Amino acid sequence: MSIPHLLVHDKRDNVGVVVVEGLTAGTEMLCVVTEDNSDFSLVVNDDVPIGHKVALGDLSDGDTAIKYGQDIGRFVANIPKGDHVHTHNMKTKRW
Amino acid sequence: MANPSTFYGYRRENGRVGVRNYVVILPVDDISNAACEAVANNIKGTMALPHAYGRLQFGEDLDLHFRTMIGTGANPNVAACIVIGIEPGWTKKIVDGIAKTGKPVAGFSIEQNGDIETVARASRKAKEFVHLTSGQQREECDLSEIWVSAKCGESDTTTGLASCPAVGNLYDKLIPTGIYGVFGETSEITGAEHLCAARAATPEVGEKFMRTFQAYQDEVIEQFKTSDLSDSQPTKGNIEGGLTTIEEKAMGNLEKIGKQVSYVDVLEPAEAPAVGPGLYFMDTSSAAAECVTLMAAAGYVVHLFPTGQGNIVGNPILPVIKLTGNPRTVRTMSEHIDVDVSGVIRREMTISDAGDALIDMVVQTANGRLTAAEALGHIEFVMTKLYRSA
Repeated sequence: MSIPHLLVHDKRDNVGVVVVEGLTAGTEMLCVVTEDNSDFSLVVNDDVPIGHKVALGDLSDGDTAIKYGQDIGRFVANIPKGDHVHTHNMKTKRW
Repeated sequence: MANPSTFYGYRRENGRVGVRNYVVILPVDDISNAACEAVANNIKGTMALPHAYGRLQFGEDLDLHFRTMIGTGANPNVAACIVIGIEPGWTKKIVDGIAKTGKPVAGFSIEQNGDIETVARASRKAKEFVHLTSGQQREECDLSEIWVSAKCGESDTTTGLASCPAVGNLYDKLIPTGIYGVFGETSEITGAEHLCAARAATPEVGEKFMRTFQAYQDEVIEQFKTSDLSDSQPTKGNIEGGLTTIEEKAMGNLEKIGKQVSYVDVLEPAEAPAVGPGLYFMDTSSAAAECVTLMAAAGYVVHLFPTGQGNIVGNPILPVIKLTGNPRTVRTMSEHIDVDVSGVIRREMTISDAGDALIDMVVQTANGRLTAAEALGHIEFVMTKLYRSA
């Protein structure tokens, strides 16, 4: 299998993690779900650094962010599929 | 690849096995640091462990101070120990605690003697201990006798994908053979506490975990916070590495306990495990040096430290093995990394392969290989303090 650009922990997740350096906007990413090694492709809309997240679908302000199949916080903006997800559009539900 | 089943360690008087053979010069309190450092300078083959505390502490905080001091001296990686304090009372208490292991230990106090006389007497005893211990031979020990602690730092999203699951895989493979393990970082379970509680061996242990977790939230976080902690937890390094929230960080953190093992008890900070082999949870801060110091004081002899962005922490008596799944960190900070598991995110290495590579490094380290942190001189000894002194 080719080296993936993006890894997703769980099929229920709505964000995935960029695992290559120097990813540029417009790249059609090979995305792999680590749970079962299934793959899909997704075009990334931004230059996203290694380790940062990308929206797997169109996400709405107030929705729960799902990673590892678990609640990891909430989105605080509407986020189109393929956009960079980080502190500018996602927050903790704690503290 | 078959994993090795033995290593060469130092058998101690109490039956425990160490992987290092230190003669430690331990200050009871901050003002005895200078004397300890003078002894360590006089006598080669010894090491002073200066720290900032030990005066006018009381209650639970004082108990923790004694537990950390005694536990550090009692750790099997310490062959013999000199204790120096300003006065004889607390010095003796620590000496007596360490002496229960049966190892050579002696105490000296400074009041009515002065630094110079104390240093002279302690140096003579330290030299005796160096001669007594420096010829000790390693012997073959079963890998099941090893105690392995785990705590991650400067995590990023690769930590939850590769390096923490590698630690979890090691625990899944070695805990059933009879080793002792431990994880902690109470505040960094936030968001995954329900999953952590469910991994307790019994409902009672799970309830004990939840009480410990809630007490940290109520007494530490809620009492002192001025914001949602987004400048501290996740750290700036975590955020640079792509982690956005404490919940996301917690999910990756908890990957360290693998898929199968459950923890058998919940420990106070620096408390030695007491219900037999298995995995334990310890109530600790998530700050690296504080947490590793507490785990060393509980008797662990090798530490696993997954990092994403490149935390460089070490410990004076506990060898800290660094592993990372982040290829950028492997490239930019290779001198700090003992095990490269970045193949996991390229799908060139399975989690089981990564776990095997880590087991191999544990055995090499136990046999005497210096870790990156040891070779680079990282000896962070940081006591946990619960509240202000009287």
